[in-house]
Amino acid sequence: MSENLVQVEHLRQYFPAGGFGKNKKYIQAVDDVSFTIERGETLGLVGESGCGKTTTGRTLLRLYEPTGGRFVYDGDVIFDVEKKQYVDMLPYRKKMQIVFQDPYASLDPRMTIGDIVGEAIDVHKMAANKKERYDIIIEMLKRVGLNSEHANRYPHEFSGGQRQRVGIARALAVRPEFIVCDEPISALDVSIQAQVINMFEDLQQEMGLTYLFIAHDLSAVKHISNRIGVMYLGRMVELADSYELITRPLHPYTKSLISAIPIADPKMAKESKRIVLEGDVPSPLNPPSGCRFRTRCPYADEKCAQECPQWRELEKGHFAACHHIDKCN
Amino acid sequence: MSEYLVDIKNERLSFFTPAGEVKALNDVSIHLKEGEVLGIVGESGSGKSVTAYSLMGLTAHPGKLLGGSLYFNGHQIEQLSEKEMRKIRGNEISIIFQDPMTSLNPVYTIGNQIMEAILLHTEKTRAQAKDRAKELLELVGINEPEKRLKQYPHELSGGMRQRVMIAIALACEPKLLIADEPTTALDVTIQAQILELMMELKDKLGMAIIMITHDLGVVASMCERIAVMYAGKIVEYGTAEDIFYEPKHQYTKGLIRSIPRLDTKEHERLVPIEGTPVDMLNPPKGCPFAPRCEECMKICLREMPPVTNFGEVHYTQCWLNQKEERSANE
Repeated sequence: MSENLVQVEHLRQYFPAGGFGKNKKYIQAVDDVSFTIERGETLGLVGESGCGKTTTGRTLLRLYEPTGGRFVYDGDVIFDVEKKQYVDMLPYRKKMQIVFQDPYASLDPRMTIGDIVGEAIDVHKMAANKKERYDIIIEMLKRVGLNSEHANRYPHEFSGGQRQRVGIARALAVRPEFIVCDEPISALDVSIQAQVINMFEDLQQEMGLTYLFIAHDLSAVKHISNRIGVMYLGRMVELADSYELITRPLHPYTKSLISAIPIADPKMAKESKRIVLEGDVPSPLNPPSGCRFRTRCPYADEKCAQECPQWRELEKGHFAACHHIDKCN
Repeated sequence: MSEYLVDIKNERLSFFTPAGEVKALNDVSIHLKEGEVLGIVGESGSGKSVTAYSLMGLTAHPGKLLGGSLYFNGHQIEQLSEKEMRKIRGNEISIIFQDPMTSLNPVYTIGNQIMEAILLHTEKTRAQAKDRAKELLELVGINEPEKRLKQYPHELSGGMRQRVMIAIALACEPKLLIADEPTTALDVTIQAQILELMMELKDKLGMAIIMITHDLGVVASMCERIAVMYAGKIVEYGTAEDIFYEPKHQYTKGLIRSIPRLDTKEHERLVPIEGTPVDMLNPPKGCPFAPRCEECMKICLREMPPVTNFGEVHYTQCWLNQKEERSANE
């Protein structure tokens, strides 16, 4: 049964960045991004810093007010900028939650772990009395591999991996259906990353969760996601089943991204050829015309500068936006 | 005096913090020949950066060297005064720090910062130093060097700043370059550029590199020798092939198993190393990895294991290997 829990259409998020009147400048953080996520599925979102992956996640939860586009959650329109439709978020915050990137900065140092997890329970009035509240908190802590005595401690008493577990427990406390995981593992040590990834997978099975998993580490995302979307400078450039995307990438950017990942195997690393991209990511204040990747793309030509490539379904379930798909494959 | 460029023997170094003594390095030995690339891998707090910093004399208060000898290129580092150390630093040894955003001085131009090292260590005039700075910028692949010399760090992107850092480090053609997680703060496509550049420069200038990282992928492609550190000790040391194809220590094995790989087919579950990193203020009595080790024995909790040698370079510190060796001998 395929049922789209999350449906995002032409999402746009611009941030004002100085200038007045006609000269007002905008950072085009997210520009025309569309995707869907089925119930129980994990969609991975990868890209380099500044490509808009975090902004996409945050805008969906209305942590930023969207500039354009439409977001339908489980049949309900959360926002539709064109029709000026905005829904009251409070009841939906119970269904959608977020886990932040930095476990050191996202927990209030003056609150105990119990209160951090309990805050959402209070806001949504999910517990009838103190006993019930306490029970929920303990249950959540146990789910993420912590125990009841941790509830009275403060964040500084925990290691990075444990703090991230607290962050996850906080998101789970209101029993959400959809969780935006915003680079939840990038601040953790390698040996701890695997623990947290496995825990995300277990929780998904136990609680039937749907994830939007944002990260810049393609190999980690591949492990947890059913499908992966690749973003570059505010646009989605490719979206496909994760195995398909890794083995048969179509977009030149995805190709170079995959080849740039260092392989943890000396023999394979010596044999593999890297496609090293020239230059840096252009500024989102002033993105290149046409295809945004053209300034670093080895296949770019006139057409790329004039026309923005269309987002097409090239094969079943495999989307990409590039003029020269045939040439580079 | 020594056949090695770098020869650290049984180094012990502690930080005396208000909370107590942190034994950052415990009996660490490393040696490196000219032109070799050594990778040091380990989790945060395992002492990989401290090992390299101590070689540059950058572990001032509250750090204290408690024992061991540090030999580098004819100098006995632990006996040098700060004044003598200054002559070596930036001249014979250079370092690239992790975060290019914070390691350049924001109020000086790029040109000024590159020239500073040149003027300090050579007899060159300002004009000559400027030419050299331009040359260096070209060497690290920065276009329009003339213009860049006049720019300030905030005008450059992260990858460019890291290139500038490399240019500064290379200004006096050092014998040894220490790269402390040089690409951790950068994106993968930029990381690929920088690593490529470093290997190119190594071949061109023939310097030795100590590469500190937590990314096993980076060491696999760059390093000939690898030291795996855990809680201030080198738990395994060997060639890249030894470490990746025949790891002997349980921690190394776990580390290699736990990295997500791109080439696996199905939705494979990762095998994490359970438990949490060691609390360096209260390290366990025996082997530091014992509390997280699947094969932990009674003796592991009591005593630190001795070194077990496999071949010329490859060694570990693990009781399991000791046991195997003993039974093999019998």
